Amino acid sequence: MDSLPIYPSGYDNRKRRTQAVAFGVFRIFSLFIVIVLFAILGFIIYKGAGVISWDFLTKAPSDGMTSGGIFPAIVGTLLLMLGSAIVAFPIGIMSGIYMNEYASKTGWAVKFIRLMTNNLSGVPSIVFGLFGMALFVKYLGFGDSILAGSLTLGLLSLPLVIRTTEEALKDIPDGMREGSLALGATKLQTIWKVVLPMGMPRIITGLILSLGRVSGETAPILFTCAAYFFPQLPASVFDQCMALPYHLYVISTSGTDIEAQQPIAYGTALVLIVIVLVINLLAGRFRKYFENKLKMK
Amino acid sequence: MEKIEARDVNFYYGDFHALKGISMDIPQNKVVAFIGPSGCGKSTFLRLFNRMNDLVSGSRLKGSIKIDGQDIYAPEVEVDELRKNIGMVFQRPNPFPKSIFDNIAYGLRVNGIKDKDFIRQRVEESLRGAALWDEVKDKLNASAYALSGGQQQRLCIARAMAVSPSVLLMDEPASALDPISTAKVEELICELRNEVTIVIVTHNMQQAARVSDRTAFFYMGEMVEYDDTKTIFTNPHKEATQNYITGRFG
Repeated sequence: MDSLPIYPSGYDNRKRRTQAVAFGVFRIFSLFIVIVLFAILGFIIYKGAGVISWDFLTKAPSDGMTSGGIFPAIVGTLLLMLGSAIVAFPIGIMSGIYMNEYASKTGWAVKFIRLMTNNLSGVPSIVFGLFGMALFVKYLGFGDSILAGSLTLGLLSLPLVIRTTEEALKDIPDGMREGSLALGATKLQTIWKVVLPMGMPRIITGLILSLGRVSGETAPILFTCAAYFFPQLPASVFDQCMALPYHLYVISTSGTDIEAQQPIAYGTALVLIVIVLVINLLAGRFRKYFENKLKMK
Repeated sequence: MEKIEARDVNFYYGDFHALKGISMDIPQNKVVAFIGPSGCGKSTFLRLFNRMNDLVSGSRLKGSIKIDGQDIYAPEVEVDELRKNIGMVFQRPNPFPKSIFDNIAYGLRVNGIKDKDFIRQRVEESLRGAALWDEVKDKLNASAYALSGGQQQRLCIARAMAVSPSVLLMDEPASALDPISTAKVEELICELRNEVTIVIVTHNMQQAARVSDRTAFFYMGEMVEYDDTKTIFTNPHKEATQNYITGRFG
């Protein structure tokens, strides 16, 4: 009786070697990414952790921005994130719903909107800044303000919000919609009570990630909102504000004493990174929460 | 009495002529089975009765379909009101990601019913009607996804029955289920026939023979033969029907 041929022959060995090499390469490249990430983080922490203190987080810059804290910039960044969310989330979610649920999938309207959003997401952020300046600051007369900055950042994150909403809804099986419609629900009821709750985990994730992106943008607020030095907190949406990424740019390129300001720059970078990290962690949490809510006990 | 009257129904998906001149009467409170090979148009025909095909872009209907003597494709018809009265159960169980209770209550709520006591009572009645009450009465707030496939399908039947439709359309309701669950669904069909007119599409000829009063055989978009189930399965008039039920093609 022949034995079962489960021991390697020449060809099979070659097959296995190729596989080992291939996966080895994949593994090395994946590790490389992790190393780069940790190197950046480690470097920022090493350089910036020294200046982090309660005063640094809660005080305004002083002495020509060579000492003091970055509190106004933290508040400004948070305000801009909030403002851009108020602008982009409702418009983006509603457009996403329209594109996936209402408009005919092959019709010209959807194709046109998709083409536009794709192009929009490829536009460099400095161009958004210029556009924001022309439209919101000058033409509409908002001046350099939180309002103009929020609108500009909102426009910038709109394509991402539309896209994630659309993708999230696209993955929901049609059987769910049919099940609801077959019970006499209108299309709007179906979207509101079945489709949106099911898409929520992914939509929320997309929203929060867009916030992360907004928090780090410098160019769009350069001409529309950001203040070089504005130590008091803004009193209204028509005030300018400081922002972390712009502050970082300012003290690294045009500070009064760049040498002395270097630790502050790294400290600012560290705070910015921590904010983005916290946002990304929150995204994961929210996603879990909504997924559990759908599955329930 | 005729519940559904279809007259010279032609249906097109774009250029594809999916249904060719079908006329058929479906009597009240009977079970009518549609059989035929895949792609013969039986599901398409079924989905015309609650206008589910409206969702397919580029589709076209010629001819008329009347339910209780009213043209359901008349321009003044509100589609959601029609669908409330014509229930549907799909091939794959499609419970919503909500609790068992909320799944059943969904149809009542979207139709504007707010009375909590009435909803609770209807949920119980519907689950009893679908022979599911005893299995789920202690976990009405648990997710519908925690149920087995067969239980999910009976939940979907209960969900459809909760809004008190007068017709129940079933699109291969047991084809994704194991034999025991299939038997339960078939039992259910036999009990529900007193309350509603049932139209069921099935691939399973024994199933058609077991549950239906009348059977229609579809082939290539045409209705080849429509008669009492007994006649279809023992003494069909058309050769094609004979060939199909004896398993010579399909």
